[in-house]
Amino acid sequence: MQRARRRVTLPDKRVSEEAFKMNELKAKPIYLDYQATTPTDPRVVDAMLPYFTEKFGNPHSRNHSFGWEAEDAVDVARGQVAKIIGASAKEIIFTSGATESNNLALKGVMKFYGKKKPHMITVVTEHKCVLDSARHLEQEGYKVTYLGVKDNGLIDLEELKAAITDETALVSVMGVNNEIGVIQPLKEIGEICRERKVFFHTDCAQAVGKIDLDVDDMKIDLMSISGHKIYGPKGIGALYVRRRPRVRVIAQITGGGQERGMRSGTLATPLIVGLGKACDILSNEMAEENARITELRDYTLQRFRDRLEDIYVNGDEHERVSGNLNISFAYVEGESLLMDIKNIAVSSGSACTSASLEPSYVLRALGVDEELAHTSLRIGIGRYTTKEELDQAVESICVAVERLREMSPLWEMAQEGIDIKSIEWAEH
Amino acid sequence: MAYSEKLIDHYENPRNVGSMDKNETSVGTGLVGAPACGDVMKLQIKVTPEGIIEDAKFKTFGCGSAIASSSLITEWVKGKSLDEAGSIANSQIAQELALPPVKIHCSILAEDAIKAAISDYKTKNGAADVDAAE
Repeated sequence: MQRARRRVTLPDKRVSEEAFKMNELKAKPIYLDYQATTPTDPRVVDAMLPYFTEKFGNPHSRNHSFGWEAEDAVDVARGQVAKIIGASAKEIIFTSGATESNNLALKGVMKFYGKKKPHMITVVTEHKCVLDSARHLEQEGYKVTYLGVKDNGLIDLEELKAAITDETALVSVMGVNNEIGVIQPLKEIGEICRERKVFFHTDCAQAVGKIDLDVDDMKIDLMSISGHKIYGPKGIGALYVRRRPRVRVIAQITGGGQERGMRSGTLATPLIVGLGKACDILSNEMAEENARITELRDYTLQRFRDRLEDIYVNGDEHERVSGNLNISFAYVEGESLLMDIKNIAVSSGSACTSASLEPSYVLRALGVDEELAHTSLRIGIGRYTTKEELDQAVESICVAVERLREMSPLWEMAQEGIDIKSIEWAEH
Repeated sequence: MAYSEKLIDHYENPRNVGSMDKNETSVGTGLVGAPACGDVMKLQIKVTPEGIIEDAKFKTFGCGSAIASSSLITEWVKGKSLDEAGSIANSQIAQELALPPVKIHCSILAEDAIKAAISDYKTKNGAADVDAAE
């Protein structure tokens, strides 16, 4: 990897040509999709390894040292996870990931409190696993309000206040959006919920390690955490469940009654150790890491703006995490752009990249014009991203955008001063 | 998504990208699709007085399959009569490029585009004249 990076450090005027050639030569791919997943930090892997082999005990085995050893490791990890969100270790429930955590939070809370309070509130831009859990609850007779978002991707707090009724048991609002990286006002939402005695759940899969989180200060009652979004292993996550005032949930997975009865199943000690270590690293390095990533993000955006016109950042430009750059490159369809930059791993909000052939529901919820939603790329910058990689990515993307715009009838019309909205398109 | 080599070749080296003067009487222009749907195709043909397509150009906003489909059809229509060009079916394009099922609409769009271009040319020149020339 080091060698590949060094090769692209070239005098400025040659970068263009060389970067393009690198692409042609199927250079080592550049990973800029840190919202999809992150590589496991080698320090995390090191911490995990002994728990696969010599320290393989079942943490629930109470009568021998193998079990105690594993249990101790799980306890340490529980503390590490709790620390990063200002919780106590007893409030952390390990799950298989944020999807399970979100399922447990929504279904678990609604099924416990739903007889008296059958209503919950969530947001249209939530992750699919929250929205789908809400849909399932609706099918079972619970009532769900889906709040819209403003054009910057943030919810309107007045709308939230108005939506809460005496029947509302739960409000679920994500901390950071996975597509556009905007940060919801968690503290203000927490205040509102506490005042109205409604539980506040937040999906923080994309927020942990990116923003400061404190469950007491923000009055959060439940929080979902993912391992693989924070340089930990896949297949592990956690749900924070507040003890005072106590939040009760109905278990969605039953069995031996582990995790205080909220989630049965033998704990995955190596994965838990990994999640703990990932949190521990963030506790120490988060501020520094985010400062570095912010600098890279701003630099990247500036380079795009210097080179290309008609590009738009999706989601609030300030209330967003450092590693997310979601940009619409007007007049260029996202999937064709991805095809052109195949050595750069990014995501697109284009319909053609989704199984449903619908453009991103998040971008549409923001009121982004559908034609612009088709032209978006999400560039994710993370722990291992280098400036050289971003230089190369910017160059490749710009070359591709310029090529595809030359091929785009919409770009041609825009150059001729024709407003594409004035044309009567035959929708198909 | 795994695409065929032919498709990738047309995407990476698209044939006949460009524009012609749409006001010229020998030029027929078809503009189909919609930006909101994620694909727009502009296909233009230049027709000889004998009714033969001597040149074709395209510009496409859309996915790789849409670009490849338009590139392919511009290649195919060159040298053909209007009737021959108008009888190209989307299934032929889909087959040639081995389009995956979710991309069949790209080939339909290409078929629509050539038909629209032929129709525009005929309207401009008076359908009767064209029939006589054929």
